[in-house]
Amino acid sequence: MSHHTITVSGLGFAYPDGTRALDRVSFEVGHGEAIAVVGANGAGKSTLLMHLNGLLTPAEGSVDIGGTPVTKGTLADIRRTVGMVFQDPDDQLFMPTVAEDVGFGPLNLGLPPEDVERRVDEALARVGAARLKDRPPYHLSSGEKRAVAIATVLAMEPAILVMDEPSSGLDPRARRRLIGLLRSFEHTRIVATHDLDLAAELCERTIVVSEGRVVADGPTREIFGDDSLLAASGLERPLGMRPCSVCGAGAYESRAGASPGLG
Amino acid sequence: MSSVATGLSTLDRLDRLARQDTAVHRVDPRAKVLATAVFIVCVVSFDRYEVLALLPFVVFPVVLAAEGDIPFGFLGRLLLAVSPFALMVGAFNPLLDREIVTQVGGVGIAGGWVSYTSILLRFLLTASAALVLTATTSFAGVCLALERLRVPAVFVTQLLLLYRYIFVLGDEALRMARARSLRAVGRRGTGLRIYTQMLGQLLLRTFARAQRVYLAMKCRGFDGQVRVARRLRLRMADVVFVVGWSALFVLFRVVDVTSLVGGLVTGASR
Repeated sequence: MSHHTITVSGLGFAYPDGTRALDRVSFEVGHGEAIAVVGANGAGKSTLLMHLNGLLTPAEGSVDIGGTPVTKGTLADIRRTVGMVFQDPDDQLFMPTVAEDVGFGPLNLGLPPEDVERRVDEALARVGAARLKDRPPYHLSSGEKRAVAIATVLAMEPAILVMDEPSSGLDPRARRRLIGLLRSFEHTRIVATHDLDLAAELCERTIVVSEGRVVADGPTREIFGDDSLLAASGLERPLGMRPCSVCGAGAYESRAGASPGLG
Repeated sequence: MSSVATGLSTLDRLDRLARQDTAVHRVDPRAKVLATAVFIVCVVSFDRYEVLALLPFVVFPVVLAAEGDIPFGFLGRLLLAVSPFALMVGAFNPLLDREIVTQVGGVGIAGGWVSYTSILLRFLLTASAALVLTATTSFAGVCLALERLRVPAVFVTQLLLLYRYIFVLGDEALRMARARSLRAVGRRGTGLRIYTQMLGQLLLRTFARAQRVYLAMKCRGFDGQVRVARRLRLRMADVVFVVGWSALFVLFRVVDVTSLVGGLVTGASR
């Protein structure tokens, strides 16, 4: 049985004050897929993500991870399978040093100290942060914090990675490095983001959420080419997919073509 | 609000000092915590009029700071920063307790002044010992020692998280204060009322963050206990450290070394 699939069916959720955050959300994610969840502020992206590893339990409908339904009883397994990277790395890095933080999860899994150490070293090496091992998290740059936050999740060796706005607050180079890193993963990946260029580069498939509903689900390029759909969901075509303002050529076509002309 | 910035940079400096590698830094954190605890108990257990017998205790912070490469100027500034509390605590003693208890050079000294001096001295000793402990062990090291010394996990977790998030909270407060002062246009904003609102804001943000941190911890299998992999090994030198210092403190507590030495010196000069 594969642990790398997600099935969400008829998921609904309302906050205690009555606000409906999710309404009959359904989709399936296959093994190794990279999926972007996009939508305007307050569309319900974060609420949806929180259902994927049981931070919220489904009030209506169901969430299945690798065939296991998310319920109170399966939480421990679900959380081991689904690693979640939070939007603000400061929320995720709470231990005195980077190494202790990355080791936090594996220690809670009850692994022996040698294994924990190995996992910490591997995870930090994977995100290129091995030299930060003994540093306290609050001395790191935003890019470094983000890398370490991802390492803390990798150290749990999850099958599925769920990320909330991974590129927020990063400078262009850190963002570029992050995209390279995320591309190199073989996990099933779900990325909630406003950074549509990142979504276009990373994910073949995109789910558009608007007012708690899935309004589109399909190949990223098709969805980002549909201006009326994007406008209705409070989004805009990513810069990388707009026609060149100088020569008028479509960005993707010109990239695929022989050479990008200079106009 | 620049005092927030100063406070943060001070903590930061403490942290950097704690990452040095000296003989004192290498002593097992548990040994340092235990020795400091014995030190504090001995110092505070003296009679309230005691001054002279307290003086020998100064060797502990001084020796540790010197051996641990902790600059005395930095320690002095920190002590000064936390001193208002101690200064206030005994401020009324000289007024309330006017009975002459001792004579110095023919001038009578009131009990209140003696007990006030004693309070200040104890403050200096205990506070400097605690600071030197943190500066040579790191806050995380002290927490680790407490955990291994079987202090309940709830307290240790509290301390760890407090220290971790004091930087985040400080930064947040700093940003809010900056935003306020930018729009206060040289005036004092609208006074105290604004500050109470800002504090409320800060509290709400703290709640929200605490919630998110807790979720992040739960995601990684948090079950109420923070586990730390770092292993501590008690060496012979650590045992000698604890036993040696503790014996010295008990000696200082039982024998009035200052008077003894004073007696010897004056006796010899006669």
